[in-house]
Amino acid sequence: MIELHLPWLECAILLPLLGVAWLAGTRDADRIRRRCIAVTSLTLLCTVGAWQDFATLHQFEAHDRWDVVSRLLGDEVLIIDELSAPLLPLSALLYLMTTVATLRTKVRRFSFGRALVSESILLATLSCRSPWLLVTLLAASTIPPWFELKERRRPTRVYVLYMGVSVFALALGCLSVKLDGIAGTAPAWGLALMIVGILIRSGIAPFHCWMTDLFEHASFGSALLFVTPIPGAYAAIRLLLPVAPDWALQSLALISLVTAVYASGMALVQREARRFFCYLFLSHSALVLVGLEIATPVGLTGALSVWLSVGLALGGFGLTLRSIEARTGRITLTDYHGLYEHTPTLAAFFLLTGLASVGFPGTFGFVGTELLVDGAVQEWSFLGMAVVAAAALNGIAVVQTYFQLFTGTVHVTSIPLRGRLPERLAVMGLALLILGGGLFPQPGIASRYHAAMQLVRAREHLGPARSPQNDDRSPATAGIDAASAALNESIALPLTVRSSHHVSTD
Amino acid sequence: MSVDQFLTTVGAGVVIAPSLLLLILGITSLVGHPLSERTIGRLTQIATVTGLIGAVVILVLMLVLGTRHVPVELGNWVVIPEQHFHFHLKFVFDRLSVPFVILSFILCGTIGAFANVYLHREVGYRRFFVFYAMFLLGMVVSSLAGTIETLFAGWELVGLSSALLVAFFHERPSPVRNGLRVWSVYRIADAAFLLAAVAMHHQTGAGDFEVLMGSGPWPHGVAELSAQQALFVGTLLLVAAAGKSALVPFSGWLPRAMEGPTPSSAVFYGALSVHLGAYMLLRVSPILALSPVLSGLVILLGLITAGFAAMTARVQTDIKTALAFASLTQVGIIVVEIGLGLRYLALAHIVGHACLRTLQLLRAPSLLHDYHALENAIGSHLPRTSSPWAKLLPRDVRDWFYRLSLERGYLDALLVDSMVRPILNVFRWCDGIERRWTDWLAGGESRESDRVPAHHDTLEELV
Repeated sequence: MIELHLPWLECAILLPLLGVAWLAGTRDADRIRRRCIAVTSLTLLCTVGAWQDFATLHQFEAHDRWDVVSRLLGDEVLIIDELSAPLLPLSALLYLMTTVATLRTKVRRFSFGRALVSESILLATLSCRSPWLLVTLLAASTIPPWFELKERRRPTRVYVLYMGVSVFALALGCLSVKLDGIAGTAPAWGLALMIVGILIRSGIAPFHCWMTDLFEHASFGSALLFVTPIPGAYAAIRLLLPVAPDWALQSLALISLVTAVYASGMALVQREARRFFCYLFLSHSALVLVGLEIATPVGLTGALSVWLSVGLALGGFGLTLRSIEARTGRITLTDYHGLYEHTPTLAAFFLLTGLASVGFPGTFGFVGTELLVDGAVQEWSFLGMAVVAAAALNGIAVVQTYFQLFTGTVHVTSIPLRGRLPERLAVMGLALLILGGGLFPQPGIASRYHAAMQLVRAREHLGPARSPQNDDRSPATAGIDAASAALNESIALPLTVRSSHHVSTD
Repeated sequence: MSVDQFLTTVGAGVVIAPSLLLLILGITSLVGHPLSERTIGRLTQIATVTGLIGAVVILVLMLVLGTRHVPVELGNWVVIPEQHFHFHLKFVFDRLSVPFVILSFILCGTIGAFANVYLHREVGYRRFFVFYAMFLLGMVVSSLAGTIETLFAGWELVGLSSALLVAFFHERPSPVRNGLRVWSVYRIADAAFLLAAVAMHHQTGAGDFEVLMGSGPWPHGVAELSAQQALFVGTLLLVAAAGKSALVPFSGWLPRAMEGPTPSSAVFYGALSVHLGAYMLLRVSPILALSPVLSGLVILLGLITAGFAAMTARVQTDIKTALAFASLTQVGIIVVEIGLGLRYLALAHIVGHACLRTLQLLRAPSLLHDYHALENAIGSHLPRTSSPWAKLLPRDVRDWFYRLSLERGYLDALLVDSMVRPILNVFRWCDGIERRWTDWLAGGESRESDRVPAHHDTLEELV
């Protein structure tokens, strides 16, 4: 496999861990925050470096130069490919923004050290393709939130139960596939276990209650960072997509579709802001899974694009809610708060990120959402329209909450509540990315299409063993094959330019 | 520079002018450095005048050259050639779009000038003009859209700006609730529109209106769809148009929209926004020609709306609401004209009606003042005569119609009771089930959020 020019991935994973050591001797909360900002900034630079370095190679995947980890474990453990390349900087950016936007009222509640550990685990997860290591990392990532819940003396039973079952199911599922040995003929019980593990981790109904429970009891920042990168979707791509037959993926996609609509409806009736955010996020992450499990080029491209837009938009949206919480405490949605005159910037950003998440024109998610709808309708016709229903309900929920938080009454305050400079910087950074990606979507979509085709190729080896009865293939499958053939032809040519440069704009 | 290049440049300028206005006003507001009133007024003036001049120049050139169709190609915004997916940015100047975009610029320019004075030193002055710029861009994009996706983008901008303008006086709950109602109806309309766009993609292979309507310029194009396909796509578009133009059963949002400031009420709900659904039906009128059933549905919906609005307008107790329903009456008639295939008549009707209604709505506050002066002068209320036709109906029937009209056909209550409330109740029931489940798992109360008081102490009170 091709090497990157520098060990970007290992640096990105190691830096937060070194940062934890750097924070260890410090007691001053402000200083801890500043150091954490420095570490997360450097980590972001490493992930951006990895992405850019990878882009210059014009390959489908690459691994670190000198790759110490692979030498230790005897396998190509850490890799970067079309799928993970933008996810790494996105995750690092979320950690940086969360750290930057943590106000003094929150610095004693939010554990910067644990956040850095979580970041390291997450970046390792997103750089990992080995099933066993991936399951181990997914298991490890559940530990920091558990420590936080214990430290805050909050109930942990729901969280532990769900996460335990998820890890156990994923491990057993991987074991069954490994024992079976021949890809594409994995036993149904093993696949079922793997699916259950992924459903739980992704918060797909009816396995989603751990997520609402986490938002109830953990700090908003920790809960946000734990769920927003959607590691469950990553696990689905790496563990399930290469081995699952079409019937399994389509069943999963239908469950995800129901969840998308269910969660969007639940977001409408919530009486507290964190729960509202959680359901809004659940609906979006379910939509991402719908696209992934359709497994057609268009659906996958849509899902991967929406994944990025959800990370950016809902990450920003959550940070805005967190900033408001820092000023007012937990926010009820049973009455109006009228905060607009005090926090107009936060209000505008709340609306911008909320609407970006539902694919409003001019924002990053617009084209991705349309591709996702296109893919879903292509696959299921009328059922696919549920994607549109979910987006419509989410849009109503976002504006309803905007009105409840920022309008409807006159909020009287004795001290200024306006957005602080760090918050404004975080807001502007994300706003630029959301609008920039919305106004110039082609590079992002082309890159996601490339990644989607890579995933389609990963399923090619399943061949006729895809369905349990070796049925005739569905039109979607035929589409995949045709697309794969087209891709193979293009791969046969020397890859000297990226796909976006192939695109004709005449 | 060739004529084609010149037309393309000017055409692009027509869209770029309002885009820049929104960009400048939006970004300066977002970074917390709002512009002065004078600068905002000047920028608004420049943008609308530039766009209007550009549109008029194109109209003149079209008349001189005898051209009836000027496409402005801005290339593919997004393209995945292997999957035949492209998001084409294309604007079309033709016999339909040119009058409508000129109308949009003239009315928005008038309202901009009016609002500049009307909202002088109001707290929400800058906010109003940000939404105004968003609306103007939405209208221009919707008017000139050459593909259905572009039209959808314009629609969304119009929808959001309209909802936020209805909730403009947002320190009171009532405008906010009404804004949310407007937004909800618009989202349903937009969902129907998006589905129509996707369905069209699958049936014609593209969302380009040219593919949709054959090669002929509007209104002579012939759609390349079967009657069944036309009925399916057309029905979705009709639902979208009904939501956007407040046709029955979505008429409830129109009087609620009058909660906004007078300038926005005038231009948005009296003139432009309320005609957008009808305009869209005009744009896709070749589809209507393919399906008599669809045409029949359009005519029926138009007739019902016109009849309902005419009755309702007569019993309203405030002038803006009465004008709103008077507008709706005309929109209903316009829809009937479209269903009957009278496309030029419908277009002329839209232009004439929009101008008249804008004038009436802008005049409304001072008209009330004049009425009061008249009544004070003559010492009694102005005489009101009922229609001679009304006496033909029995008293009970008249009372029933009066109550029905006063309650606006109970349409809002019907939609809420039959659709909204049951759906919300199902989700609330699910929420209760989830609570019991997590309580059982946790071995106690699992929701901290239940203990968040409705009016808790805010941080500053705790300091």
